[in-house]
Amino acid sequence: MTTTVAPRTTTSRSRTRPPSKAHTRSWVGFSFTAPAIVMLLVFFFVPLILCFLLAFTNARLISGEPTRITGLDNFQRLFSDPLFWKSLRNTAYFAVVVVPMQSALALLLAILVNGQGRAKNFFRTLYFVPVVTSIVVVSILWRFMYASDGLINSMLQLVTFNAVQGTDWLSNTSTAMPAVILMSIWQAVGFHMVIWLAGLQTIPMDLYEAASLDGAGRWDQFRFVTWPGLKNTRTFILVTITIAALSLFAQVQVMTSGGPLDSTSTVVYQAVRAGYTQQATGYASAISLVFFALVLTVSLIQQFLTRDKDA
Amino acid sequence: MTTLTHKAASRRASKPRRKITRGTVGLNVARLVLGLFFAFPIVFMLVSSLKPDEQIFGDLGSLKAFLPVGHLSLDNYRTTLDTVPALRFLLNSIVVSGVTVALGLFINSLAAFGLSRLQWKGRKIVLALVLATLVVPFETFALPLLWWVNHLPWLTHDGFTLLWTEGWLDTYRVQILPFVANAFSIYLFYSYFQSIPKELDEAAIVDGAGWFRIYRSIIMPLSGPAIASVSILTFLPAWNSYLWPLMVVQTEELRPVMLGVSYFFQLNVEWGPMMAYSSMITIPVLALFLAFQRNFIGSIAASGVKG
Repeated sequence: MTTTVAPRTTTSRSRTRPPSKAHTRSWVGFSFTAPAIVMLLVFFFVPLILCFLLAFTNARLISGEPTRITGLDNFQRLFSDPLFWKSLRNTAYFAVVVVPMQSALALLLAILVNGQGRAKNFFRTLYFVPVVTSIVVVSILWRFMYASDGLINSMLQLVTFNAVQGTDWLSNTSTAMPAVILMSIWQAVGFHMVIWLAGLQTIPMDLYEAASLDGAGRWDQFRFVTWPGLKNTRTFILVTITIAALSLFAQVQVMTSGGPLDSTSTVVYQAVRAGYTQQATGYASAISLVFFALVLTVSLIQQFLTRDKDA
Repeated sequence: MTTLTHKAASRRASKPRRKITRGTVGLNVARLVLGLFFAFPIVFMLVSSLKPDEQIFGDLGSLKAFLPVGHLSLDNYRTTLDTVPALRFLLNSIVVSGVTVALGLFINSLAAFGLSRLQWKGRKIVLALVLATLVVPFETFALPLLWWVNHLPWLTHDGFTLLWTEGWLDTYRVQILPFVANAFSIYLFYSYFQSIPKELDEAAIVDGAGWFRIYRSIIMPLSGPAIASVSILTFLPAWNSYLWPLMVVQTEELRPVMLGVSYFFQLNVEWGPMMAYSSMITIPVLALFLAFQRNFIGSIAASGVKG
């Protein structure tokens, strides 16, 4: 890095360069970016556009017959399908519980392990371990724990001296979704803890000192310093948890296959079943489109709301 | 509650002897209880992978479920290796995630370099398009993508002649190529490159270096933290990927580790071998995480900063 001393000569020389340099830079700059652009085009933009196009056709994954345009047929079928409404309700149920609980627990964890120190570092690492564990492994593990003769029921009996007999959590329509919810929060909360931590670290320490000089207690410091200081982080966390919650798939696929009685079927699960298992790409695209509209609406609403408040 | 940071800071500043108050005891108890909550399933998995099935169930009713006691052996691992091509799956996952990370590092840093260091027509539009892709979750276009890759052509040869084949299903490339170019990686590199002074480029140009030379010999060697973040954020989802390989891979020889779990969902679930398999595919990532935990946590934190 000995070249750092040279900027002065650089500027004077580059001024004397021929104007063709700007032109050279133009195609050079593009060519650096071109490989990524091409790959994003092929594997992102084209499929996304296809989603909009195929949703109005009867396209099948593997088919001898040519694809036909069927107009709104897929959507008509979808909106008259009780399974779709059920999946939509289940997805909403999951999101409505997970979003506030996971973001609050993540914030609590972040506050508990914020700062330096060996103990805090240790717990920070520990809370984060489920995040690096695959959701598939986690799902199998919890499936075993939730079984009627599984770990959770045994522990319940141990703790309550056999007073409480657990149920088969995943085969019961009223407990299956809460069981999936608990496990999902357990797995993902460490991720958002880290993001809250990053947010906490942006709050200047002297604000706390000033607040405590003014006689603010811990709760007041949280209310008037921490909470306002986390405004941007809050929006980001709400949006990412909501999108992740709406995308619920792997847990359901591994643990319940959407059951019992479709009580854990979700929008993405239904889309995969349509587009992969039943090979109905057109229909699956229609479901994906509804999913996309959902994600977009939610993130726009959240961004609007959080922007409005501080105006 | 938040005064933790503040208290820690003032404690460091004035350096009194550490006082054990009721508050700090309470906080540590809370930390510990939560720690147990996050650790117990993982500990249970690792411990159970060493026990025979009867003992797994026998120990459930007591704390022995979390302790490596009783008849411990590697039998479950042996059974797993005998019944499931686990090593093959591990190899596949190493190839797929390794190549995805390597290509991703190269292509995304190149793109970020072009976007941050060079002035060119359309740069702003491309940057905006790249960032716009961040709001679209993979699940939105996964199924159209499945249809699309099933129609994509590929050039192969049968020894003598070149020929076009249609469909990418059941290959390594279908598991790798869709995840190479990544808007978030580009964004991470881009914001990191922005912090490197532009004077370095100009000086290098004076010394006669070309733009690729600047990229390779100046910018990339200075970008260690960004490279670490992107590697981790590419590796984790690649290793853990499930939905995509579930749809595009049928052949056993090409399956990644996560698809292997379906082998255990046949008629009689043997829990011991299943725990052994789960441990086998989790331990490599856990080891990487513990070795590079600062980078892991740092890169996740970096993903929140853009908010």
